[in-house]
Amino acid sequence: MRRTYDIDGKDFSVAGAASSDFKVLLKKLGIPGDVIRRVSIAMYEAEINTVIHGGGGKCEAEIADNRIVISFIDQGPGIPDIDAAMQEGFSTASEQIREMGFGAGMGLPNIKKYTDDFQIQTVVGKGTTVTLCINL
Amino acid sequence: MLLSEIKATLHAVAATGEDDAQLSQVDISTACGSDLLSDVLAFVKDQSLLLTGLVNAQVIRTAEMMDIMAICFVRGKEPTDEIIDLAREKGITVLTTEHPMYVTCGKLYAKDLGVRADAQDL
Ligand SMILES: Nc1ncnc2c1ncn2[C@@H]1O[C@H](COP(=O)(O)OP(=O)(O)O)[C@@H](O)[C@H]1O
Ligand SMILES: [Mg+2]
Repeated sequence: MRRTYDIDGKDFSVAGAASSDFKVLLKKLGIPGDVIRRVSIAMYEAEINTVIHGGGGKCEAEIADNRIVISFIDQGPGIPDIDAAMQEGFSTASEQIREMGFGAGMGLPNIKKYTDDFQIQTVVGKGTTVTLCINL
Repeated sequence: MLLSEIKATLHAVAATGEDDAQLSQVDISTACGSDLLSDVLAFVKDQSLLLTGLVNAQVIRTAEMMDIMAICFVRGKEPTDEIIDLAREKGITVLTTEHPMYVTCGKLYAKDLGVRADAQDL
């Protein structure tokens, strides 16, 4: 089963709508609660990043027999140094984003913690694709 | 601790409109006080109450992702109708209290909310 979502890069108040919709679907399908929790947290962090750092984009989420695979694709600025970005506390978020409760530099480490596989493909000036995988 | 007791302890108001009988149906075992949503996403446990001075739609989204049952906005911060509607839609109770964060946490901790869960972590 597949879902695709447009991720609006301009309206921060709707950020998380894709993760919310997908969570409802996982519940309907009877996926175990601890798996849903991990998917929700990782997906939501990635969705927020697509909005605040990537300028919006799209999300493709697929539920296969043995795993859930979710990609966020943006045409934003890209990540110059992935190792630095993965460090807890590293953030380039603006003051405005910090005032909204994000920008603690915990998003990518959180995603890594809650997923079974996590890939970042990025080209500076072209965009970023983040793919999360959680085994069922 | 029942949500109705939490409301009384904090002299709080239920912005989502539940009465005390409804609030007494919800049993909360621990709380988390934070204005950093990524910290909440990293550390929170089950059956939690989120105490925060941050007021925006992402607070509700974060609670939704974590299965947090109730949120209390501290320091007299008033959520907008949009925020309250989103919380209602997701079945999350929103309380508001005039007390600042430190006092809010202290009052609940003094009544043993989350004290046992805290001891297990050390
Ligand atoms: N989609 C993206 N596009 C561009 N940069 C990104 C993207 N996702 C993450 N980053 C970079 O990685 C950093 C760390 O991300 P993260 O750990 O989620 O922390 P935060 O979002 O709190 O800044 C961000 O501050 C940003 O510089
Ligand atoms: Mg982030």
